[in-house]
Amino acid sequence: MASLKDLKNRINSVKNTRKITKAMQMVAAAKLRKAQAAAESSRPYADGIGSIIVNLTHSMAGVSDAPELLVGRDKHGTVLLVVATADRGLCGGFNTNIVRQAREEIATLEQSGKTVKLLLIGRKGREQLERLYADRIVDFISLKEERTLHVGIARDIGNRIISMFNGGEFDTCKLIYAEFKSIMTQKPVSRTLVPAAAAIDACDNEGEPATDRVMPGFDGAIYTYEPDEIGILRTLLPLYINTQIFSALLENQAGEMGSKMTAMDNATRNAGDMIDKLTLTYNRTRQAKITSELIEIISGAEAL
Amino acid sequence: MTTKLNFSLVSPEREIYSGEVDQVDIPGAEGDMGLLPNHSPLMAGLRVGAITIYADGIETQYLVQGGFADVTPEGLTVLAEKALPMDEVTAEYLGAHIESATTQLAALTGEEALAVQKNIDGLKLLADRLQSGSVVSM
Repeated sequence: MASLKDLKNRINSVKNTRKITKAMQMVAAAKLRKAQAAAESSRPYADGIGSIIVNLTHSMAGVSDAPELLVGRDKHGTVLLVVATADRGLCGGFNTNIVRQAREEIATLEQSGKTVKLLLIGRKGREQLERLYADRIVDFISLKEERTLHVGIARDIGNRIISMFNGGEFDTCKLIYAEFKSIMTQKPVSRTLVPAAAAIDACDNEGEPATDRVMPGFDGAIYTYEPDEIGILRTLLPLYINTQIFSALLENQAGEMGSKMTAMDNATRNAGDMIDKLTLTYNRTRQAKITSELIEIISGAEAL
Repeated sequence: MTTKLNFSLVSPEREIYSGEVDQVDIPGAEGDMGLLPNHSPLMAGLRVGAITIYADGIETQYLVQGGFADVTPEGLTVLAEKALPMDEVTAEYLGAHIESATTQLAALTGEEALAVQKNIDGLKLLADRLQSGSVVSM
């Protein structure tokens, strides 16, 4: 049996751990509020871009020289998966769930004979995917240096994706991240980025916010475009992709913090339970020791 | 007939301005334009320039860099890649942007170069106005 000293040490070390997890939980809670507010305030822009592109796509239907970013290429051989995870661990199953979604996606795509390329955002995803798919990773972006998420990050990633597309490095692109449902649940999802039209159709079917604004009582109204549709699309599509990435990053951030908060809350509670148990053992051991000492004294006295 | 224009200015990070206004002047890709209530549906690309909002006799100005203006029967939404209240714009800020855009321009050709050149022109125009103080007193 462990000595009293050992038990005391263990209790103290668990107490320290509890302090740390408690602090981490509170930090995560504060960051979560900020992340949620950021996600909230970025929504009008994303909705605006979404509704513009839906309008344009409808008016572009059947036009032959529509940009490839919108309608896609004839071939679908190579798929680029952009997997966004967090840069830090200690947030429960958050990263693992995203990685699992990515692995399933890779498996299905490769089964159907497609080439998969990976663009990874966030250190944790790389650590896990590197072991299995090191040869498929084309690039890795870490967000660790960034104190706050700003559009510049999304723009850099977006530009990279677009230049890869223009260079013929892939034909379709999917973005995998965790959707922020609530503090308790984050659902890993995969969204098509390129061709954009596929993503927009998917939105149409799901009845996502982007289409809610498709101009009630406004069908077929004549829009004036300045410059022409193609000119607008050419500038709008990169923006659309950037916005999608940006909102994915924001959702991810909120999800990471939510998940971390829950995980740290559990850890704090577990530490509490453990302290209780250890204290009980400590007291029992102490009592047993006193009892046996007493018996020794008494039997010693009786022997005289 | 509505006599007010429902206007909102949003950047990727947040909604910057939202409310009922009388008129909004925007720097369209092919020229400046003033938008009044009940404008016909319009979608316009923006170049770098100043947005002027007229509401109840008060004028507010923002510097916008790229983006779109979307006029629908419900109102006008300006989606700006970057937007900044005009009184926060300094000559240094504009100077730095002109410089970085000029270096960018050297690497580009064709339509992209034209777009960047338009932005530089817009920035220079603003810098000139800022120097003469007309932006503030306008």
